[in-house]
Amino acid sequence: MQNSARPRVGFWERHQKRIAPWLFLAPAMIMFLVYVIFPIFQSIDISFYEWDGLSPKTWVGFGNYVELMGDEAFYTSLKNNVIWLVLYMLAVPVGLGIALYLNQSVFGIRLVKSLFFFPFVISQVVVGLVFSWFYDPSYGLLAKLLGVFGLPGIPVLADEHYVTYGIIAAGLWPQIAYCMILFLTGLNNVNPEQVEAGRIDGATGWTMLRHIILPQLRPATFLAIVVTVIGALRSFDMISIMTQGGPFGSSRVLAYYMFEQALSEYGYRMGYGSAIATVLFLIMMVYITIFIVRMFKAERRAR
Amino acid sequence: MFPTPIAKTGPLTRRFYMISLPVALILWLLPLIAVLLTSVRSAGDINAGNYWGWPTQWNLVENYTAIFTSSPIGQYLFNSFKITVPTVIASVGLSCLAGFALGTYRFKANLFVFFVFIAGNFVPFQILMVPVRDLTLKLGLYDTVTGLVLFHTAFQTGFCTLFMRNFIKALPFELIEAARVDGASEFVIFRRIVLPLMRPAIAALAVLIFTFVWNDYFWAQVLVQGDSAMPVTGGLKSLNGLYVASWHLVSAGSIVAALPPVAMFFLMQKHFIAGLTLGATKG
Repeated sequence: MQNSARPRVGFWERHQKRIAPWLFLAPAMIMFLVYVIFPIFQSIDISFYEWDGLSPKTWVGFGNYVELMGDEAFYTSLKNNVIWLVLYMLAVPVGLGIALYLNQSVFGIRLVKSLFFFPFVISQVVVGLVFSWFYDPSYGLLAKLLGVFGLPGIPVLADEHYVTYGIIAAGLWPQIAYCMILFLTGLNNVNPEQVEAGRIDGATGWTMLRHIILPQLRPATFLAIVVTVIGALRSFDMISIMTQGGPFGSSRVLAYYMFEQALSEYGYRMGYGSAIATVLFLIMMVYITIFIVRMFKAERRAR
Repeated sequence: MFPTPIAKTGPLTRRFYMISLPVALILWLLPLIAVLLTSVRSAGDINAGNYWGWPTQWNLVENYTAIFTSSPIGQYLFNSFKITVPTVIASVGLSCLAGFALGTYRFKANLFVFFVFIAGNFVPFQILMVPVRDLTLKLGLYDTVTGLVLFHTAFQTGFCTLFMRNFIKALPFELIEAARVDGASEFVIFRRIVLPLMRPAIAALAVLIFTFVWNDYFWAQVLVQGDSAMPVTGGLKSLNGLYVASWHLVSAGSIVAALPPVAMFFLMQKHFIAGLTLGATKG
């Protein structure tokens, strides 16, 4: 190395390979620690207090969590989160279906693919507005369609039984587009020789899909599941736009209920809100851990 | 190629495919087409309940002029740009540096730091909400564009670093080794060798982060109160309250709000999809 050739070099020259990475990392790490990593622990800490955001905090121990256990609204939110998680998963097979349908090379298909992807590019606020309008019981398209069959309009967003499903259907629209694009990219990279070999062996349709295509789409499928789980647990925008958690709180999810408790006209219960957030965080942590472990194994293999 | 290319199938299948394609597309985009049409309807059409039929009058100029003159949507749009552009520059810049560090150096904490960035990227926003709002208040940045820019920059840096690191890792390492042998300092290696090769990654991240931040609604609700710093997503919500039952104006507002990311997507489609599907082919 250079160092041995020139014994009298400065501290920087001798150690720059050791120090340089930390200098490169410092700005990003500081920002990320201050705005993302520390706040996670601060939130967990705040969840043990009663706090309105202004006056001094009062320590309540597990008080907020005990209160959660008896809170009807918390269970409604939790139940809705489960419904979101389960139904949102539909985005994965439907996205795959659309990707298979569009994976052709006919004239104009590139434009068609981008147009199919459109719902993902626009803001969820716009999607929410569009769908609240679609569901309007007097003049919405849904009411018109039902009218064709002589059925009365259903006030989807005003009905406790339908409201969550209505919002999920709206949320699925961009999510399907997202999964579709992941699968299209995956399909693009499917090994053509294996497909041809399969054809020679007489595999067609389902057999081909199951035994040759799907195994090769595993990375795309994994990613689609990850982004869909995260999307489902993060659902907030649509609920805020379409129903504000109503009617009677029946469309709340944890993410929305937390916001409502901590930062809205219902009061500024930062401690209680943080307790809800902590529960949501722990649920999400399960998925984050699975994801990290998988990536960690991939990294190990790469070495 | 799977499924079987349509050109190799029978004429009946082929015809069916070519007919079903535009039909499927129209059905898929029906909600958007309806909004687009409604944004040029007249108030008379709206009052008569003509929401889904063909507009009787084309009020393109009138409606779009009306939202700019009778609502602060111009201000909202300007705020969105003031929030989005600096965030894109800062988060991409920070992650170029961090991604370089994690992609080229072998040191003990490397993987740990990398996974902290990944994990942080997936946490629910709600767990950050109270402390981040508190911090922003203490810094005197509540209800300002700067407050939003700082948070978005920090948060997006997680995803950007993950992306950059994987991109740099895939570059030929011999280039860097050769430069070191030539006696180039670490900063020169970054500036002259790695940075020029990162252009496609920078482009992909720039469009993605632009879209993510432009479409943010949650943090606008948490860190902003009035019109002075409100981005267009939050602004649309107040617009919706302002124009009760004036769906032609709400629709026009929605179209205006959706336009910048849509334009960005169409201009940089290849980069956008490359960024979004990172990891869909390997890993």
